[in-house]
Amino acid sequence: MATLTYRDALNQALREEMQRDPNVFLMGEEVGVYQGAYKVSRGLLEEFGPQRIVDTPIAELGFAGMGVGAAMAGLRPVIEFMTWNFAVLALDQIVNSAAKILYESGGQVPIPIVFRGPNGAALQLAAQHSQAWESWLSHIPGLKVVAPATPADAKGLLKSAIRDDNPVIVLEGEMLYNIKGEVPEGEHIVPIGQAEVKRPGNDVTLICHSKTVTVALKAAEQLAEQGTSAEVLDLRSLRPLDEAAIVESVARTNRAVVVEEGWPHCGIGAQVVDVIQRDAFDQLDAPVLRVTQADVPMPYNKQLERLAKPSPERVVAAARRVLYLD
Amino acid sequence: MATATARTVSVPAPTELERRMLRQMLLIRRFEEKAAEAYALGKIGGFCHLYIGQEAVAVGSLAALRDDDYVISSYREHGQALARGVPATAVMAELFGKATGCSKGKGGSMHLFDAGRRFLGGHGIVGGHIPLAAGIGFAIRYKRGDQLCICYFGEAAVNIGAFHEALNMASVYKLPVIFCCENNRYGMGTAFERVAAVTDVVEHACSYDMAAEVVDGMDALAVYAATERAADRARSGGHPTLLEVRTYRYMGHSMSDPLHGVYRTKEEVEEQRKRDPITQLAHKLKDEGALDDAALDALDAEARAETDAAARFAEESPDPEPAELTTHVLAD
Repeated sequence: MATLTYRDALNQALREEMQRDPNVFLMGEEVGVYQGAYKVSRGLLEEFGPQRIVDTPIAELGFAGMGVGAAMAGLRPVIEFMTWNFAVLALDQIVNSAAKILYESGGQVPIPIVFRGPNGAALQLAAQHSQAWESWLSHIPGLKVVAPATPADAKGLLKSAIRDDNPVIVLEGEMLYNIKGEVPEGEHIVPIGQAEVKRPGNDVTLICHSKTVTVALKAAEQLAEQGTSAEVLDLRSLRPLDEAAIVESVARTNRAVVVEEGWPHCGIGAQVVDVIQRDAFDQLDAPVLRVTQADVPMPYNKQLERLAKPSPERVVAAARRVLYLD
Repeated sequence: MATATARTVSVPAPTELERRMLRQMLLIRRFEEKAAEAYALGKIGGFCHLYIGQEAVAVGSLAALRDDDYVISSYREHGQALARGVPATAVMAELFGKATGCSKGKGGSMHLFDAGRRFLGGHGIVGGHIPLAAGIGFAIRYKRGDQLCICYFGEAAVNIGAFHEALNMASVYKLPVIFCCENNRYGMGTAFERVAAVTDVVEHACSYDMAAEVVDGMDALAVYAATERAADRARSGGHPTLLEVRTYRYMGHSMSDPLHGVYRTKEEVEEQRKRDPITQLAHKLKDEGALDDAALDALDAEARAETDAAARFAEESPDPEPAELTTHVLAD
């Protein structure tokens, strides 16, 4: 198995799927000549040409809609948003076109499309460029939403997304592009809708996805040093949500902390907690706690930004509270 | 190569084509009258936007296109669906929300689909479908086809960003799309000149280096001819065209609006009715000796009979099964 960055794993998935299916094409800002704002599409223009690696004007609504139209006419577009912050401009096309056309056409017109790009805060990019959009997107029936945390999952989930006959949102962690990990070569598929235990444990379940998997893993190490065995459950898919995996883990550990980059109000964690209270109520030994971004627009100042983000320390503190250690 | 010039075109078309167009316009007129009736009786719910007055636009333009071309429209699309050949039964049943409707009763008046006829909706957000048309054009070019996509929208959609983004990209990528703006002068109750700095829609084509024409939308033959020219441009190298088709709707914006409202006068509507597209074409055929009163009455009787049959079919059709609630959210 090769060790790849998250960025190169995504690149490999795109390349393999474009080689496999001539109807797959990539469209977005700076994906071609510039090789991608985050270099995910490096080398693809050279290999596939401008017909299939399509540079667009800065017009998110327009090119997202073009992607949906191309999908209606039989292609399998991959639409790259330079970041999901800019995709807000395209929400009408994602929500009103991509997610609804199959239903409102009575099943006649499937929309096999991938919308992908970096999500979540990076470093000191301030409020408009530091947002996690998963709860917005996961709210919508007709969409699937995935948020890989590792290079292997990035490759496997992007390949699944491209082959899916539905609109799939791929949320790439903006801070994850440089992380490295082992990635199976060739046909490596991660099915949409399956969570994965990234670290087994017995005393508390840390439920997380995307960048917060890294946060939770660090927290689990610190907890281990304190004699607590934490299980790290990576959701990987947010819609559909692997409810069985959540319930299975919490039923064993009897305690849970949900960690996410988004804001607390109506967040992904709220949905996870709903699953736990409904299906693992009798197994719970403590209220479930959530660690989220602070309920504020992201500040620019480095110290304030650090305070706003979920950190291993905040996860450890929450885990100790559900264990009644503090 | 911006050619934003006003032209009135009158080319002779074969009589058979003219008769067919007259027949289709009559069908749409009678269908919409029946829809208004059914709406008043509570058989049709929600929003229902009628096409009465604008028949020549759908009929004239679609007569000039091929069966393998794509059609996409806004929420005022009953006329285009019928002109495309979607059976009146399936359209009416959809308005009634029945399982036999062209969208299985799940779309309604604003979301008519018939994928087999390449009629791809029926879209309810003003201007939101214009980029979809560019995408369909992109797919045609990608597969090296010689089809095109025609996209209908009202003049109010011209103030939306989606219109400008789509026209720019259609021109940049040379996509085979006909952007057919049905300028009926009012976005709901707001006269276009009250909210648009540039009131000749056609002028917007200059910004995107796109061919364009102003067309008399009350003259089916003029619409036919302009669409034919636009289709030639699309098929011979994928050049998009913006057509500004000047038309008029006789009814309110939707069935929940009064006929004239407070935003226009009864006299204005009456004045526009003098240019009625059906009457105009019928007169032309009569003048040419190709049609007499009896033949016109027979065509109209056919249209009424087809509409009545459609309404009966819709009435007698079943509602979707409760299990249909959760089908088609995702493709299998």
